[in-house]
Amino acid sequence: MREPKLRILIFDENQIRASILKEGLAEAGCAEIAIVSELQGLTAQVRALDPDVIFMDLQSPNRDTLEAALEVSRAVARPVAVFVDESDPAMTEAAVDAGVSAYIVDGLKKERVKAILDVTISRFNAFNRLRDELASVKSELADRRTIDRAKLHLMRSRNLTEGQAYALLRRTAMSNNCRIVDVARSILIVADLADGNGKQP
Amino acid sequence: MTTRTITLGFIPLTDAAMLIAAREKGFAEDEGLVLDLVRETSWANIRDRVAIGHFAAAHMLAPMALAGSLGLPPLPVAIAAPMALGCGRNGMTVSAALWRELESHGPVGHADPLAALRAASAGRERPLVFAAVHPYSAHAYLLRYWLAAGGLQLGRDIQLEIIPPPFMVDALKSGRIDGFCVGEPWSTVATAQGAGQILTTSGEIWPYGPDKVLGFRQDWAESHPAEVLALIRALYRAALWCEEAGNASELARIMSANAYLGAPAELLLPGLSGAFAARAQTMQGTGFTRGHATFPWPSHAVWFLTQMARWGQVELTAQTIAQVRATYRPELFRAALRDFPGAAPEGDDRVEAGEIGFFDGIAFDPADPAAYLRALPRP
Repeated sequence: MREPKLRILIFDENQIRASILKEGLAEAGCAEIAIVSELQGLTAQVRALDPDVIFMDLQSPNRDTLEAALEVSRAVARPVAVFVDESDPAMTEAAVDAGVSAYIVDGLKKERVKAILDVTISRFNAFNRLRDELASVKSELADRRTIDRAKLHLMRSRNLTEGQAYALLRRTAMSNNCRIVDVARSILIVADLADGNGKQP
Repeated sequence: MTTRTITLGFIPLTDAAMLIAAREKGFAEDEGLVLDLVRETSWANIRDRVAIGHFAAAHMLAPMALAGSLGLPPLPVAIAAPMALGCGRNGMTVSAALWRELESHGPVGHADPLAALRAASAGRERPLVFAAVHPYSAHAYLLRYWLAAGGLQLGRDIQLEIIPPPFMVDALKSGRIDGFCVGEPWSTVATAQGAGQILTTSGEIWPYGPDKVLGFRQDWAESHPAEVLALIRALYRAALWCEEAGNASELARIMSANAYLGAPAELLLPGLSGAFAARAQTMQGTGFTRGHATFPWPSHAVWFLTQMARWGQVELTAQTIAQVRATYRPELFRAALRDFPGAAPEGDDRVEAGEIGFFDGIAFDPADPAAYLRALPRP
């Protein structure tokens, strides 16, 4: 006999991460997957879906609220935290490192839980990597804008060409043993002060 | 002396003071300990990270430690609680709107506000909503106890919501909740922002009633006895320092740092200087060591159990009584503080009556919890 498909609830304020996870779980053969991103109505959703497994962001301060919802929802057969299963500490560590907490209905077969938890952990990790990459791209862009503004300021105030301005920034950075963007930032701060923005009222 | 690093979790509340002072004022160092303090976002994370061994111990809700040892979901893990972390910092605070409404029913403030609350909760279209921080918390039981004494039942006359401490004031402002029971500084913050008014405090309901404990995973505590005793000593010496009202300003300044509470020192001060506790005329001191507020009274564990049973979370049986008693570890407290006269009381149990008793005059005798449970009102 085929085993019934698992019902899964994903509670995540980050809707992008939630959909990445949903897609992964669907590929792994989980049919009923609900995403809840707002606390309001969570208890009703838990009741309606009666999930076998609930996933949520470990860093969400709403974990206590969610647990209270599980506690009052007698429709759900008392889900327990996945950390209770000490037979697999590596899995628990991996889940915590990825930033995911899971509540599993007691008595669910271990192999089934492991399979979907593997998917969840790898999706959370993939999301974390994406987020880190995005953050580094963003900061690179911001650095470039700062350098451009500093260059423009030097070109205007000292009558330099773009090439000369950049060379000056680079030389200063090298002789002060710091990054070009740090020099650029200092120039802009000083320029700001000179413009009177930093003057005493 | 070799130095050992111990990682401890805490939630940003004023009663994390002993942990922070132990680190910042050198009491931990004196015991050969380096404290790595990690601020957490939820009580669930505190419990889980103690359970999986990220934290050696944590600033933990006392009933949460008991629930773990009782095997209650979602994480049945045995906890050892060899120390309590003070008392008297929980406020029952209502929104400015509800305060005005209560005033229209009669005097509130220090006078018994329950009659006005009963009048206000009757015949509403939408029931009043009060929040506590966790289903297994001193706050939830105190709120239930206090309301029940006024003939009100949480879940029937007034709805209960669970909200983490740092979100309470916003929830009050937005109208999502009408009142809350939470530890300092959040009642002071609500008052300072004009979002709410304090109706009463834990000290006024039960002067030296328990709140948080130092919670270890039991097997970790068994296998690290020297560290456990050293940490108890460091925290107790920190508590003695915190108890001195003259140190409150410095303590507030230390705790206001971003790594700790990240809130202005003047908002932390009432919860540390004794000003907040002083609303309760029966309370002395600043809520750290007076009234043996650091001693892990097994009788307090039994009181929590009576409340868990009262509200249907667990049954009061010889077995559950033994389980909660075994969670509290007064013998470790005594062993650690042998050289500190007066740190530990003579006996392990205390009858809660008279000056240290409940505001409604119902005495709690830990020798007969079943009789006590029968004597409590059923709203």
